[in-house]
Amino acid sequence: MSGASVSAEPPLREAPPPDVPAGESRWRRWLIAAAFLAPAVILLGIWVVYPAIRTIIRSFFNAAGDHFVWFANFEELFTTDLLLTAIKNNALWVAIVPLFVTSIGLIFAVLTERVRWSVAFKTVVFMPMAISLLAAGVIWRLMYIQDPNQGTVNAAIAAVKGVVEPEGALPTAEPSSPQLVGNPGSTLTLKTPLDPGQVAVLGLSAIPDADVPEGAKQAVKPPAKPDGITGVVWRDFKPGGGKIGKVEKGELGLPGVTLELKDSSGKQIATATSAADGTFAFERLAQGSYTVAISGDTFAQPFAGVDWLGDQLITPAIMIAYIWVWAGFAMVVIAAGLAAIPRDVLEAARTDGASEWQTFIRVTVPLLAPILSVVFITLVINVLKVFDIVLSVAPSSSQDDANVIALAMWRVSFSGQNDFGVGSAIATFLFLLVLPVLALNIRRFRREV
Amino acid sequence: MAVAEAGVRVAPQVVEESVARKILRVLAKAPVHLLLVFIGVLWLIPTIGLFLTSLMSPADISAGGWWQIFSKPSIATLESYRALWENESLRTALLTTLEITVGATVLPIVIAALAAYAFAWLDFPGRDWLFIIVIGLLVVPLQMALIPIFSFYNAVGLFDTVLGLILFHTAFGLPFAIFLLRNFFIGIPKDLLESARIDGASEFRIFTRLILPLGLPAIASLAIFQFLWTWNDLLVALTFGRDVRPITVAILSQLSEFGSSIEIIAPASFISLILPLAVFFAFQRYFVQGLLAGSVK
Repeated sequence: MSGASVSAEPPLREAPPPDVPAGESRWRRWLIAAAFLAPAVILLGIWVVYPAIRTIIRSFFNAAGDHFVWFANFEELFTTDLLLTAIKNNALWVAIVPLFVTSIGLIFAVLTERVRWSVAFKTVVFMPMAISLLAAGVIWRLMYIQDPNQGTVNAAIAAVKGVVEPEGALPTAEPSSPQLVGNPGSTLTLKTPLDPGQVAVLGLSAIPDADVPEGAKQAVKPPAKPDGITGVVWRDFKPGGGKIGKVEKGELGLPGVTLELKDSSGKQIATATSAADGTFAFERLAQGSYTVAISGDTFAQPFAGVDWLGDQLITPAIMIAYIWVWAGFAMVVIAAGLAAIPRDVLEAARTDGASEWQTFIRVTVPLLAPILSVVFITLVINVLKVFDIVLSVAPSSSQDDANVIALAMWRVSFSGQNDFGVGSAIATFLFLLVLPVLALNIRRFRREV
Repeated sequence: MAVAEAGVRVAPQVVEESVARKILRVLAKAPVHLLLVFIGVLWLIPTIGLFLTSLMSPADISAGGWWQIFSKPSIATLESYRALWENESLRTALLTTLEITVGATVLPIVIAALAAYAFAWLDFPGRDWLFIIVIGLLVVPLQMALIPIFSFYNAVGLFDTVLGLILFHTAFGLPFAIFLLRNFFIGIPKDLLESARIDGASEFRIFTRLILPLGLPAIASLAIFQFLWTWNDLLVALTFGRDVRPITVAILSQLSEFGSSIEIIAPASFISLILPLAVFFAFQRYFVQGLLAGSVK
């Protein structure tokens, strides 16, 4: 029975045997069937069918339910900013998440196909499916804490960043006098150009004791050298204050600071590193004027953490959590489909000279297409109804930005606003969105039977 | 002598070659294994993070992340769990969750099994159409029922009751349950039923003595699904309960003042997911079978 046999009355199975026990009338058989069906029909009628119809009708009435307002509630749905955000976000969800989850599921299924310990792997990836989306949300809310000392995701980013661009030795330092100019966190340049034979005096302040590099000694203003520029970079501060711009007793040199020397065209021509007493020297310089600067690396700010739960990134952040939950579902279903592909078809392709990749794209994926579409559609339905995880990952401050249709429906109807008119309209809208899937399901069922 | 020597010399060469090939083969696959280990660890980290956080004191939580425990295992403590156990409202919430879950698992299975039997093996007019309606109801979002049922529950006194929550879960679990069981029941050999009928067994007797025992694998799958859905539910309980609240709602209410109460939320969340996980591990086979049988909901 193939797709061609979609008739008005799908042949579910053959009619029951004619040799029903004698004396049992047709009515009696119907009565028995009715008895078996009654509890289900009553429950479905009162809790599903009737309310669904009520909701559709209710969506045409005002909040109080005493005025027929035509499509006013739907109009509100498409004109209120908060609800529009919900629709936009949900559109993003549908556009991104099912595709990602299905692809990841396919990749995992293929990767594990010929691995002996695949069961262990599948169990691990599938596990999040068993826990509540609320708990998954809590888990990811912890993962997303902004402080890299606490939030796992930001800690991982900080660890990678620490290798690529390490934190500066003096992230908080500021110039002690207006002679040094530059933006906070970047290179500080001595305003007046220097000629060889002059001494650069680079005072920094706002350095906490803990940040003073190890081995720092009393700062010294070095003597001038005729063919070079010498200088000192030091902590222009001592208990009690001290005089700005003057190297005084009790003020420490800042060792290990990188200094840059630039010629008059602004080109960097040399670097030097300060010694324990803060002194440095650029030697054997030609005549001319030079500028001295403290390298920006010194002031590189520590990684403050990505604000995952803020208004900008909240929706992608929740999507990642959701993909983490659902990837296992896609993987398990697709793996079952993969196992059902006849080996000889793949062998034939390979014998004909197809590469692994060609076999995968030209043979495996087309054969998996029905399974892939089931996974995809399942995800679309679930993503349209996404609710719990948004509520638990998004803190109340960014819930408006993370809004989705199901959450909007709930908030409009039950959290204070109690506008059952608009609430019903949102629910009806959601229903309309899943309606095509309903048609699809019915068609698939009829084909199967 | 020379021949023997040559033979001896040749033999290890052959072995060596196959060992080399073996190593090569393993090496060729190594990237895949490494990648899978990496992904597996990646997938585990969030849950492990929650668990280890739940073992830390509030002071340690604010001092740094859960990975501290690896360098200082001594900071691990069950203090949060002890506090949780003494927290009356959370204990009640767990108990409520259990009540709702048991009711909303048993009831739909019984009702759906009856209906599924009728759909599979009884003959009555309009059977196919009725079944198509059931399939249609599979995708009706439960948001469609929230508002009318809210009013209905308030009118008949089912609002804020365990029974009200059970009935709602039962009704919305039925379409999938009927679909799954009917598809399983229809595969039961026809001869078995016919001979039972000829022997004069009543339909109810056939149902209890033949269909239910034979349908046990499908019923097991269904029970696990229904259990997980209701245990993990938030939306329904949030809408139809106020004082009657399962653990998910209790955690959510703590969540609104996040940061200050991680030491409650982390262990409570972990407790809430430990039972579903146990069920999942114990009955993984049925879970996956059920998933494959009806991944439509």
